[in-house]
Amino acid sequence: MDQLLQHLVNTLIMGGTYALLGIGLTLIFGIMRIVNFTHGELYAFGAYMMYFFAVVLGMDFFIAIAFAIVAGMVLGAVIEFTLLRPRRGADIDTTMLLMIGAYIVLQNVEQLTWGSVAKSIPSPLPDAPMVLGAISVSWLRALVFVIALLLIAGTYLLINRTKLGKAMRATFQDSGTAALMGVNINAIYTATFALGSGLAAAAGALLGPVFVVTTTMGDLASLKAFAIVILGGLGSITGAVIGGFMLAFAEEIGAGYISSGYRDAMGFVIIIIVLLFKPTGLFARSERIG
Amino acid sequence: MKRLLPYLALAFFASVPLWLHDQYFLHTMVVTGIFMLAAMSLNLLLGYTGQLSLGHVAFFGIGAYTSALTSLGFSFSFFGYQVTHEPWPPVVGIALGTLFAGLCGYLIGKLAFRVRGAYFVIVTISFAEVVRLVSLNWVELTNGPLALPGIPPITLGFEWTGYATLWGKAQNYYVVLVVIVLAYIIIKRLVESPYGRAMIALRENETLAMSVGVSVTKYLVLAAVVSGAMAGTAGGLYGHYIQIIDPMIFMFLNTVTMVIMVITGGKGTLSGPLVGGIIFGIAPVILRSYVGPEVQWILYGVLMILIVFILPEGIVPAIERWFNRSSNNPVGKGSDLALETGKGTGS
Repeated sequence: MDQLLQHLVNTLIMGGTYALLGIGLTLIFGIMRIVNFTHGELYAFGAYMMYFFAVVLGMDFFIAIAFAIVAGMVLGAVIEFTLLRPRRGADIDTTMLLMIGAYIVLQNVEQLTWGSVAKSIPSPLPDAPMVLGAISVSWLRALVFVIALLLIAGTYLLINRTKLGKAMRATFQDSGTAALMGVNINAIYTATFALGSGLAAAAGALLGPVFVVTTTMGDLASLKAFAIVILGGLGSITGAVIGGFMLAFAEEIGAGYISSGYRDAMGFVIIIIVLLFKPTGLFARSERIG
Repeated sequence: MKRLLPYLALAFFASVPLWLHDQYFLHTMVVTGIFMLAAMSLNLLLGYTGQLSLGHVAFFGIGAYTSALTSLGFSFSFFGYQVTHEPWPPVVGIALGTLFAGLCGYLIGKLAFRVRGAYFVIVTISFAEVVRLVSLNWVELTNGPLALPGIPPITLGFEWTGYATLWGKAQNYYVVLVVIVLAYIIIKRLVESPYGRAMIALRENETLAMSVGVSVTKYLVLAAVVSGAMAGTAGGLYGHYIQIIDPMIFMFLNTVTMVIMVITGGKGTLSGPLVGGIIFGIAPVILRSYVGPEVQWILYGVLMILIVFILPEGIVPAIERWFNRSSNNPVGKGSDLALETGKGTGS
């Protein structure tokens, strides 16, 4: 029972960052319909920027997180502006190939810049975990969870309560009509891609100090983000949040009770099962997918 | 001239080991040939049925592991039963690897073709990742990250002819060349048959093809089986040539290499994967004396983006069009691109 409780607490904490990763991708993949292989690289980029600001420049931990997120948004905007804008309206395979090319370039530039030695980011909080009865949680992980929840809430409000969010929703529902109503479509596309990328970078900046930062950390992150989005249903923010927590739960239970070697396989097994039985995901309106 | 081209190319490549004595370069040619074979199999799915399978490396790796384990022998316990297999000849291993990869193609085809587009891509990637994690964690069978060393090289012959073990690079080169020619003929016959027409029809307009009675699942699954089996053969050849395999064989970058070969050469053309394969097989040899592997990959990524922007159809269709235009050929003379190039030659 204590073990299960501990697993549940771990689930909550990993789930928060998975949810961030998933919301970011549900904006890009679910709404913009771009199969974004760079998502995981943006996650790695966020982690490296966190290392750069917090360790290399020696900035304050919290300011470094903010800067890493902004850097991720800028990189996302650049990718959208240079690669996707000239090919707007191209079929899904074409943009996918562009994103694979961008993914290879980004990952190897990271490898070239930072080398293959993993980087660690020191935590500003005490190392001793906080102990609640039989459960123990490190302060850093608890902090990561709280920041992730704040970012999720902020994104939710941005999409649903602001004029920018309204313009985004209008654009992806019917871009022609939105343009007639005076929405700057191109700006909205770039802003959405930048927002999604910023959220991926945020997840990287938050998990960087918890684990270590490596150049290949993005590979699995991309695929896990796809798993979360498919699980929750394309384009659904609530779905992505729930999907994030469900993936974390499946991984935690899989690692705890089956074999820790198969922790990372859980996401892929989930993708295959969901697409077999309920291809539209658990929380999205039905649509034609085959 | 156009009809002679494949034979001239074949004669040229058959002569390579006679004058090329640089062993490293010959080794590169063998590995390139194996990846070309994999790229040809991917082209069947990506180019002719229009389904981008990004888990193709799974078939390659499954073929390699099946063939290696068949010829090495293995022993593992399965729900209390002890399964033991004595070593069989490598040729049988490659055949079994081909069969097993084809069977996986059937299962994945049945499963993944329920969905299309982005979903299909993600199912195929997930499949490859699951296979990779199994190969990494089923240590009893696959030796996990410690790799499977000492895979025997291919042995040819019968009891009444005596056996020849292919240790040399030139011998393996010819084996790969023969398999590529066979694969080329199989793919050519397939795509020019009514089955191939049905696949192309599905690529061009699935709804229209269905409305005239083309059975979607049947043809897509057929393509997946042939494609998977062929990639399995390539994997088997790879294992017996390199003589050691580990779970790194399932790397996503290997799939990306195949995709780049197909896209650069020209998807949906018979010679596209061969042209793309040669370019990306030889490029590392030339580039490696100037730049490190990271820069090489960066160049590949940039090239992939440039190809999508400048030559979205690939090199082979571009050359054919240029050839048709400059020689002012009558439209459609032996060209399978007559319809597309017609516009260009008319002006």
